[in-house]
Amino acid sequence: MAANDNQSFEALTLGLGGEIFAIDANCVLEILDMIPQTEVPGARPFVGALINVRGKVVPLTDLRFKFDMERTPPSIDSRIVVVEIPLNGEPAVIGLLADKVYEVTNIGGASIEDTPDIGMRWRPEFIKGIGKRGNDFIVIPDIVRIFSGD
Amino acid sequence: MNGRSDPAQTFRDESVELLAELETTLLSLEERPDDRDLLDAAFRALHTLKGSGAMFGFEAAAAFTHHLENAFDQVRKGQLALNSSLIGVALASKDHIRALIESPESADKTEGERLLGLVAQQIGTVETASVSKDVKGGPEAGGEVTWRIRFRLAADALERGTKSSLLLDELRSLGTATVVALTEALPPIEEMDPFRCYVAWDVILTTSQPRTVIEDVFIFVLDDTDLTIEPVDPQSERIGEILVARGEIDGEQVNAVAAEQPKIGQLLVKSGNISEERLHSALAEQKHIRAESEQAKTANSIRVPAERLDDLMDQVGELVIAHARLKQLVSASQDLQIKSVTEEIERLSNSLRDTTMGIRMVPIGSLFSRFRRLVRDLSQELGKDVALTMSGEETELDKTMIERLNDPLIHIIRNSLDHGLEQPQVRQASGKASQGEIHLSARHAGTQVQISIRDDGRGLDRDRIRAKAEQQELIQPGAKISDSELFQLILHPGFSTAAAVTNLSGRGVGMDVVKRAIDSLRGTIDIASTPGAGTVITLGLPLTLAIIDGLLVRVGAGRYVIPLSAVEECVELSQEEDQRNTGRNFLNIRGALVPFIRLRELFGTRDAPAPYPKVVIISTGDRRVGLVVDQVLGDHQTVIKSLSKLHADVENFSGASILGDGTVALIFDIGHLVAFGQSFEAQRDAS
Repeated sequence: MAANDNQSFEALTLGLGGEIFAIDANCVLEILDMIPQTEVPGARPFVGALINVRGKVVPLTDLRFKFDMERTPPSIDSRIVVVEIPLNGEPAVIGLLADKVYEVTNIGGASIEDTPDIGMRWRPEFIKGIGKRGNDFIVIPDIVRIFSGD
Repeated sequence: MNGRSDPAQTFRDESVELLAELETTLLSLEERPDDRDLLDAAFRALHTLKGSGAMFGFEAAAAFTHHLENAFDQVRKGQLALNSSLIGVALASKDHIRALIESPESADKTEGERLLGLVAQQIGTVETASVSKDVKGGPEAGGEVTWRIRFRLAADALERGTKSSLLLDELRSLGTATVVALTEALPPIEEMDPFRCYVAWDVILTTSQPRTVIEDVFIFVLDDTDLTIEPVDPQSERIGEILVARGEIDGEQVNAVAAEQPKIGQLLVKSGNISEERLHSALAEQKHIRAESEQAKTANSIRVPAERLDDLMDQVGELVIAHARLKQLVSASQDLQIKSVTEEIERLSNSLRDTTMGIRMVPIGSLFSRFRRLVRDLSQELGKDVALTMSGEETELDKTMIERLNDPLIHIIRNSLDHGLEQPQVRQASGKASQGEIHLSARHAGTQVQISIRDDGRGLDRDRIRAKAEQQELIQPGAKISDSELFQLILHPGFSTAAAVTNLSGRGVGMDVVKRAIDSLRGTIDIASTPGAGTVITLGLPLTLAIIDGLLVRVGAGRYVIPLSAVEECVELSQEEDQRNTGRNFLNIRGALVPFIRLRELFGTRDAPAPYPKVVIISTGDRRVGLVVDQVLGDHQTVIKSLSKLHADVENFSGASILGDGTVALIFDIGHLVAFGQSFEAQRDAS
C-alpha cells in the first residue's frame, strides 16, 4: 500500500486494543456499525465470523488476535471497517473490527519511521512503520501481509 | 484413403511422388515445349500439390505453388510462352516446394521470394501482351447468364482424393450460386460405405463467366463425372416449367396435375412423378431466379454474452433472497391477501430461477468431443491403440461447470491412457482385445450429474497404493481399510505410484488437481477398480453452482443449511440413544447402523442443548451419516455464496447463504461430513 518507502498517504485512523492504527484510506469501502455476525465453527479465531455486507458474505477479522491484544466486548463506539485488499493476487473484501474509528487524515512521510527492531511487542513483519501525530504514535500495519501470510 | 493414418504424413509421402513426377515432366517439357500432354501433366501436379497442401495444413507450400500454377495455367491458355527460363524457375521452385513441405519453418524465405519474383516476371512480361486477347475472348457480351449445373462424382471419387466441397467453392467463386445436394442415392446407413460418394449436386449459378470456365472447374474429374451444364431460361419462374425444363417431367403431366391444385410441386411429389428432393432442388432454382433476397430464417436461437447471463443469475439470486425476507415478514402477518401475493411471487421467482438456470445449461457433449483429439494424439504418442467412446452427451450441465470440468477430465483421461491402459502386446497376452477403450458417460442422478470415466486397462494396484500410503504415513501399517477408501488416497497431494515419471503423468500432481477442482465445484469423486479389468472414476456434480434448495437447521445459536438433495430423512434422537453418550455413535435406522455426528460437540457449542435433538440423515451415493441438530427450521432457497480464501482451511462448510433476516448461514459440506462420519465406522471396524 501507499505507506511504502515512507511516503505520505491518506489514512483512516482507528483505535484497537488501546493503540491507534492507520490504514490506507483508498482501500476502505465503508464503515459499518456493529451488525449480526455468524460464527464459523472451526475457523481460526482471527477470522472467526461472517457478516452480510450489502448482500455479500464477507469474513470479519479481528486484528487483536494477530497483535496479541486483549479483547474487550464491543461498545457503542465499535465499528466494522470494510476494506478491499489484494489477497493472493485477487481483490478480496474483508471486514476489520475496530474499537473506535477516528478520522481520515494525511500522514506525512517525514513523520513515519521504520519499524524498530527491538522494543516491539508485535511481530515486526506485520508493521510497515510507526507514524507520529502530535504526541501519539500511530501504528501502520501491513494488512496485505497479515492476511496473505497464512 | 485410410482414415487411421496421419493425413499430413500421407500428403508428405504423396508430395514426394508428385514432385518427382513434376521434375521429369518439366525436364521433358524443356525438350518438347509443344507437347500438350506434358504441359497438362505439369499443371495437374501443381494443382494437386496446391489443393492437397492447403487441405492438410501446408499453407506456405500451397501459397507458393499457387503462383507457379498460375504461370502454367497461362501457358496452357496460350497466354504465356514456355521457355527454358520459365522451366528453370519451375525446377528451382519445385525444390523450394519440397523444402516447404518437409520443414516449413526452416525453409529459406529469401529464396522463396526470389523465385516468386522470377515467376511474377515471367507472368508480367506476357500479361501486358495478352490483354487485348483476353478482352476479345472474354465473357460473352459481358452479360450474366444463369446456368444449371448438375454433377455426380464417380462413386470412388472420395477415395481418389477429390473433394466435392472444393469444386463447389470454386463454382461459388464464379458468381451467385445456389447449391442443392441430391441425396436420393444414399443407401441406408448400415449399407453405407463412408468412403464412397453417393451425393449428386445441382448448382444454379449466375455468372458473367463463359461456359468454358465452368467446365474448367471440373477439368480433373471430367472423365468419370456425370456432368451437365445448361443455361436456365430467366423467364421460367413457375415450378412446373422449371421441372419440365430440367427434364424431370413432361409438360402434359404438369398441366394435368396443375389443373387440380395450385400447389403443383407438392402434388407432383405425392403423385410419385418426382422425388421430393428433385422438387426441392427445383424450388431452390425458382427462388434463385426470382432473386428473392432470402433473409435469414426466423431466428430460433440467439447468442448472448456470458456476462449478461451471469448478471441475470445474480439478480435472480438477489430476488430469491429478497423473497425469503418478504416471506419471513409475511409469516407473522394475518393478512390473507398479502399471503397470497407472497405465494404468487414465490411461484414466479422459483420458475424464473429454473428458467434462468436452464438458459445456462449446455449439453456435456460439447466438452466430451474436445477429448477426441487428446486421446488420438496421446495414444499415438504412447504407441497404444485406444478407442474413445461416449454416452449421455446430451446431459445438460451449467456452463460454468462445464468449463471448469475441462482440466480435471483431461487429467483423468491422461492417467487412464498412460497408467490404466496397457500396451497392445500386453493386452493381447492377457487375453484382451489389443485396442483399449476409454468410455465417457454422463447421466442425471437426482439433483446430481454423474460423469464416469471408464477404462478397460489393468486397474489400480492395491498393494502398491497401500505400500505408498504407508510409506507416506497416510495410513497405519496394516490398517484395515476398504478398497474405495484406499483408492481415495490417490487423490492425496504428492501421491503417485508411477515408478517412472512420464511426459504425461506420474508426477503426483494430476489427481490432486482433480480433487481440488471437483471439491471447488462441490462435487464428489468415487473410484472403483477391478484388477485386470479396468478402473471407473465417477464424478458426482451438483446441477448448478448458484442456487440450491436447502434444509435450515439450528445448532446452538447458529443456523446452518443442509443441501436438501442430500437429506434422506429426519428422525428424533431418542433419550436412550442420547444418553449412550460415549463410545457408540451409531443409530439404528430400520436395521442399518448409521454413524452420527453431534454437531454441538463438533462446533464446541456451549448454549443450553435443546430437549429433543433431531438427527438429519444425509447421504452421498450409498454412504449415510446422521447429523444431530437442535432444531429443524424448515426449507430455505439457498443462494450459494462462496467463502473467502481466509476460510479455505474450514472443511465442514462449502459456502454461505444469506437468510431472510439478513444474517449469514453456513452451508454444510456434505462430502466432507459424510467422510468424517465414515471414519467412525472405520474405527469401529478396526476395533
